[in-house]
Amino acid sequence: MTTVVVDEQMAQASNVLIYSAMLVYTGALAAFATDLSGRGRVAAAAPDEAHEGLRARELVAAGGASVGAAGAGAGGAGSVGSAGAGSGGGAEGGDGEAPVVRRQAAGIAVSLTWLAFGLHLAGVVARGLSAHRPPWGNMYEFTISGAVVVTGVFLLVLLRNDLRYLGTFVVGPVLLSLGLAITVLYTQSAQLLPALQSVWLVIHVTVAFTASALFTIAFSATVLQLVQDRRERLRAAGRPPRRGRFMDALPVAAELERTAYRLTAVAFPLWTFTVMAGAIWAERSWGRYWNWDPKEVWSFVIWVVYAGYLHARATRGWDGRRAAYLGLAGFACVIFNFAVVNIFFPGLHAYSGVG
Amino acid sequence: MVTAPEDLRNGPGTDDDVRLPGLGPVGWARWAWRRLTSMRTALLLLLLLAVAAVPGSVFPQRRIDPTRVDTYLTDHRSSGPWLDRLGAFDVYASPWFSAVYLLLFVSLVGCIVPRSRLHWRALRARPPAAPRRLERMPAYASALLEPGPDVAPDAVLAAARTALGRRRYRRADDEGSVAAERGRAAETGNLVFHVSLVALLVGIAAGSFLGYSGQVLVVEGETWANSLPRYDSFTPGRAVDADDLPPFTLTLNSLRVRFEDQVGGNQFGAPREFDADLTVTEGAGGTPRHRTMRVNRPLDVGGTRMFLVGNGYAPVFTVTDGEGNEVKSGPVPFLPQDQNYTSNGVLKLPDARPAQLGIQAFLLPTWVRAPDGRPRSIFPDATNPRVVLTAWTGDLGLDDGAAQSVYVLDTSRMTQLRQDGRPFTASLAPGESVRLPDGAGTVRFDGLRRYAALDIRYDPTKFWVLAAAVLALAGLTASLFVRRRRVWVRATPVPDGHDGVRTLVEVAGLSRTEDSRLGDEVRALLDALAGGDGGGGTGPADRPPGARKG
Repeated sequence: MTTVVVDEQMAQASNVLIYSAMLVYTGALAAFATDLSGRGRVAAAAPDEAHEGLRARELVAAGGASVGAAGAGAGGAGSVGSAGAGSGGGAEGGDGEAPVVRRQAAGIAVSLTWLAFGLHLAGVVARGLSAHRPPWGNMYEFTISGAVVVTGVFLLVLLRNDLRYLGTFVVGPVLLSLGLAITVLYTQSAQLLPALQSVWLVIHVTVAFTASALFTIAFSATVLQLVQDRRERLRAAGRPPRRGRFMDALPVAAELERTAYRLTAVAFPLWTFTVMAGAIWAERSWGRYWNWDPKEVWSFVIWVVYAGYLHARATRGWDGRRAAYLGLAGFACVIFNFAVVNIFFPGLHAYSGVG
Repeated sequence: MVTAPEDLRNGPGTDDDVRLPGLGPVGWARWAWRRLTSMRTALLLLLLLAVAAVPGSVFPQRRIDPTRVDTYLTDHRSSGPWLDRLGAFDVYASPWFSAVYLLLFVSLVGCIVPRSRLHWRALRARPPAAPRRLERMPAYASALLEPGPDVAPDAVLAAARTALGRRRYRRADDEGSVAAERGRAAETGNLVFHVSLVALLVGIAAGSFLGYSGQVLVVEGETWANSLPRYDSFTPGRAVDADDLPPFTLTLNSLRVRFEDQVGGNQFGAPREFDADLTVTEGAGGTPRHRTMRVNRPLDVGGTRMFLVGNGYAPVFTVTDGEGNEVKSGPVPFLPQDQNYTSNGVLKLPDARPAQLGIQAFLLPTWVRAPDGRPRSIFPDATNPRVVLTAWTGDLGLDDGAAQSVYVLDTSRMTQLRQDGRPFTASLAPGESVRLPDGAGTVRFDGLRRYAALDIRYDPTKFWVLAAAVLALAGLTASLFVRRRRVWVRATPVPDGHDGVRTLVEVAGLSRTEDSRLGDEVRALLDALAGGDGGGGTGPADRPPGARKG
């Protein structure tokens, strides 16, 4: 039995790093928002261009670059995302008349996000080093570690697909949760409760973070999909929407839907693994692999709702918007499971350290 | 089913085509079966299952924490009994929850069986021949090869077969074309996933039938033997013979406990280490062996698994009654009430004379007097322990046969001892004793020991459940990420009007799943056949951008 003393200086350094990361995230958020507003584009496509026309020309441009775009998806063709991927993930690829438009603000935003990610990750690592253990022993640490995984997963996805339009809706929530963490949830660095002293803490929680990060990004895409879908229906009804012109720069609803689906399709098996790893750990720690503890109940509910989402996409009359609503419900459960169940529900998973 | 279009689940048109079935029981049964096994019903049942699971996290559950259920019932006298009747305190064993998941699994089986048959047939069938108009396919590319060596249609098709084989397609030859297919593992995975879920449920059910669990409290220095009467609570499965438990004994030599004392704030006093030091003897006359058990490190003995799930203090008391006889000497386990291990417990002394004696006590491991004058504990470790007690005389109520909790004193037929006109209380440090008023006796607080709360479990199916879960995950991953594709290559001779013959090479692809790389695949195949630059590939003109399947 060794008594490990908490390294106070390291814990302080962690706090400074987290504050710095928040500052840089704020800059990144501003830059992403500028990009969405269209101001950050050096030569933006003519704003009053008819929407469908713009899409149609993108199709031609993309088709010229690669047949891939023409056959992308199950019949869906010529989308911003796949065109970008088809032309080798070029940073400026697939944005209408590609070579002309340069999204300076988006470029700055991504660079700032990388910087903020570095600071944030260093802050999380310092927090772990301060107590010589993985940095997810209480609610404050869950939040900062979960947020760093969200940013990390987003940046990784960006390497392959141009989803920069999602930046505002990813960096925004990350910044918000860091703010909440440091103001409401802050807990002093310390060692772990006996029940958490296990290798499964690393496996179970890391995968849960990754799955939740993907669910978060998919959620952002789904919200945009529903907004875009509404705009498309208004336009089809002959009443073009007056507000929210920045949405014109985003992919069509069907493409956003596919993006959300792909992210969810990766997240779902990871969540399945999270539940399984949790069950294995529970068996070692409490003796029962499934105990219907509130946290387990909600993990199960999340699993079932997202399973419903995946089935709905394959059910006539339930695809598109209705499936999207299920996706939103699934994410609401993820947030509830994290925020409400941890703090307010008595149970075996009461590790929040809050209060 | 995860990725399958609906028409594979129940045949085309069942859902939209709500015609009245032919009357008669068979017709109705068939109609009900079709409804139940339709994708839409499965989806609704899934959502219903999610909703039905929620109350179990809101209301306390009898199988997890019966004490909290009782508290809830006392606090909600009007709504409580109704909630109880609806099964709100036993959600996961309630008829409605069971109905939802059983219907879901029936629907699932009703879907797996016909689909397995279809898939079995598909596994042995050849890839379907090329459609007449390949340019109608979602991905299409073509090239016109100038006359030269190796561009005759037969040579191109031979090259296509090689290229497709390298990409792990199954192939079939037709006149002037090659048909190819890959990714049947997706449907195999899908079926494995769903079959594994059924296996998982069966495994869990079998486990609760064949297994048992029990709770035990062992005080430091005491020895416990594995037999039914020694359990504090015991929950056997229906097929368990409780008289036939594996024989072993264990002695708790010591329980080492450490709490947080380095860091202040709300982490101060949080538990850091529980370490039980045991001597275990297996079988009759086995060799005693020294073992340790801690949280996250259970102990396997005689086919069962033992877990350290709790701990607390057992103050040691010596009580003499009013006639001078010793009626109690030994440790009494107390229940911790808060994070600082303020614990309460009860001594029932039915043998005390002239009247039965009951003592209610609080243990404060680190005793201080709070500013308001009331004693409280400020740290969970026993740095300054004190016991605060009061005493009752009368009838303990042990003789009427009704079950009583050992932690609760039934004071309905007892009177509290008084001193100076107020209820009697005493505060004792270890080694101190107090004389009860009215000559009722004396109580001495001898010292403090710890106890370990152990769960003992036997679950013979847990590895089967784990295997089913792992298979389900593997199947799920295959069903989501294996791309199901069909590709056709056709080579047609085209006279160029002189004496040469050019060859028109067409490649088309079709995917049943989300497949953003289908176009790349078709293009790459054409490039391989046409030697790098394939010339004018075109996408189908009649397909609007953003069109969705189905």
